[in-house]
Amino acid sequence: MRGTALPQAQPAEEWGVCVSESAGRNAIDVRGVRKVFGSGDGQVTALDTVSVSIRENEFFTLLGPSGCGKTTLLRLIAGFEFPTDGQIMLHGEDIALLPPFRRPVNTVFQSYALFPHMTVAENIAFGLEMLGKSRSEIDGRTADMLKLVQMEELAKRKTSEISGGQQQRVALARALAPQPKVLLLDEPLSALDYKLRKEMQLELKQLQHETGITFIFVTHDQEEALTMSDRIAVMSTGKILQVGSPHDIYEHPAERFVAGFIGETNFLDAEVVATSAGSATVKLPSGKQIPAGLPEGFQPGSRVSLAVRPERAQIVAADADATLAGVIDNLVYLGTDTHFHLRLDGGEAFIVRQQNSSGSGINFATGDRVGVILGDDAAQILKD
Amino acid sequence: MARKRAFDLRNQTGFATVAMFTFFMLYLPMAALVVYAFNAGNSMAIWEGVSLRWFYSAASNERVQDAALRSVIIAACAASVASIAATMAAIATTRTKPYPGLTFKYAFINQPLMVPEIVTAVALLIVFSRIKVWTGYSGIGYLIAAHSAFCIPFAYLPIRARLENMNLTLEQAAADLYATPWLVFRRITLPLLRPGIIAGFMLAFVISLDDVVITEFVKSGGQDTLPTYMLGQLRRATTPEVNAIATVFLLFSVLLVTAFFFINRRKA
Repeated sequence: MRGTALPQAQPAEEWGVCVSESAGRNAIDVRGVRKVFGSGDGQVTALDTVSVSIRENEFFTLLGPSGCGKTTLLRLIAGFEFPTDGQIMLHGEDIALLPPFRRPVNTVFQSYALFPHMTVAENIAFGLEMLGKSRSEIDGRTADMLKLVQMEELAKRKTSEISGGQQQRVALARALAPQPKVLLLDEPLSALDYKLRKEMQLELKQLQHETGITFIFVTHDQEEALTMSDRIAVMSTGKILQVGSPHDIYEHPAERFVAGFIGETNFLDAEVVATSAGSATVKLPSGKQIPAGLPEGFQPGSRVSLAVRPERAQIVAADADATLAGVIDNLVYLGTDTHFHLRLDGGEAFIVRQQNSSGSGINFATGDRVGVILGDDAAQILKD
Repeated sequence: MARKRAFDLRNQTGFATVAMFTFFMLYLPMAALVVYAFNAGNSMAIWEGVSLRWFYSAASNERVQDAALRSVIIAACAASVASIAATMAAIATTRTKPYPGLTFKYAFINQPLMVPEIVTAVALLIVFSRIKVWTGYSGIGYLIAAHSAFCIPFAYLPIRARLENMNLTLEQAAADLYATPWLVFRRITLPLLRPGIIAGFMLAFVISLDDVVITEFVKSGGQDTLPTYMLGQLRRATTPEVNAIATVFLLFSVLLVTAFFFINRRKA
């Protein structure tokens, strides 16, 4: 009887075919999805009308602090939860209300969730068996998967007899074996130690490239997100704040939360003086005018926040031409970089990160009065 | 280690004495029973030398054989029914979000542990005697039904404990890998639950084997189980044969409980 009840689950074609014919299409379209847990006074809105499109063959990351709804969104796509409202389209077909076993989507769990009563090989073969594949196909694909994650020698081991890193690989192989249309990864690296995590980051990225499967990766680790992703969706309190490439997200954060969550950022108050396509001139409280990146919806005259990355500012000797002026509160030497923690004349804290190149040769000490100059594209206007 | 020592009951004066006393009070009567099972004489009180005659006597007594066989049949059937019912009850009460009334359900399932056995016995006697009149059936089925009922909580407890400790993500992972709910149960839940079910079955088996009160009330003529047979014997002139039966009984229970312990430990 196995396999008879699974008409929908046909993660079919060869990977290679997938890659060439479907580039650019959307794998997943999340449309206006809301998820409310509980009822009455105890109601919690985990997802607040989220819409996002995830492209074919993309390494897509949902990034945010815990409780932001990223895992809920993943579980909705997997089918472990059902949305209160909205649609989840997989290649144009609404799967929002299908049970998990009818969705050609597989998950790598944070805890790996390997079956403890089965061997490594049996774990990997499980999904194929449930799909009713023939014995020879199951054996063939299991062998391929074992090879892919370099676990051939441990195929007969019980899952309790292998290390955390190896369990991670088995979990990956098990989820990839049925050739899902989309692979969901729920903070799969969080249980590994730092070095192994770094290795696995590269390996995962490599694996995604080789298999051509769409990966949706959930993490709270901004560095992980920047390293691995093609695109990132930054989430907070049940909403997606910004979707973009790691470069976009880092260089052009649209909102204060995004700028603050990813990397270190200085915030400055300013007023928009003039706008043109994608950029603006803003006036700082000191009266100095500088150019700034501009998201949509700002008119001259608006009061705005600016984000400035510490490495985009440069510290100089006190000088009337400098954009900002202040006093060095603290100085942290980090080998490759030095971090200057400044107190600006307006009272705000401001951090400058400067590379310790041989030529820089400037020596500043705590308590010195200094100036800061900003590059032309250093400042970015934020939506609050 | 200048840290102040935590209070430890085991260091209090008299602890060892009380422990030894309790130990002897618990096991001395049992030891006496076992020793006299090997008595060569006819008395349960006067020692006349070592012999296995009462074991032979018990083993060759047709009424003992008959009662023992009945006990085992009833226990096996009751433990099976109870394990199945308890497994279903345990899944129903653990694989659900807590809701008002769930505590009541726990209490309801464990009712036989709380209601005095004599009350259940009298109630069953009344109900079954009615049914006997209506149907004319007076077989062993009543005993099996009664035993199944009071065995359920004993089977339920270890199964529920195991289910509560089981990682729910495993079932989700199986569903994610295209297993239908039935296949998830058969391939994941049931194999992982097996030690709990075996433990529950064995516990129920021993409890059923041991029962006197309910059996005494519910049984029809000629339906003695081993315990009720022994009770009957004690009303007459007693011989160490009863000791011999009890000793075998004890040995059997100890073996079962030991097996139970090892099964639980292996998988935990």
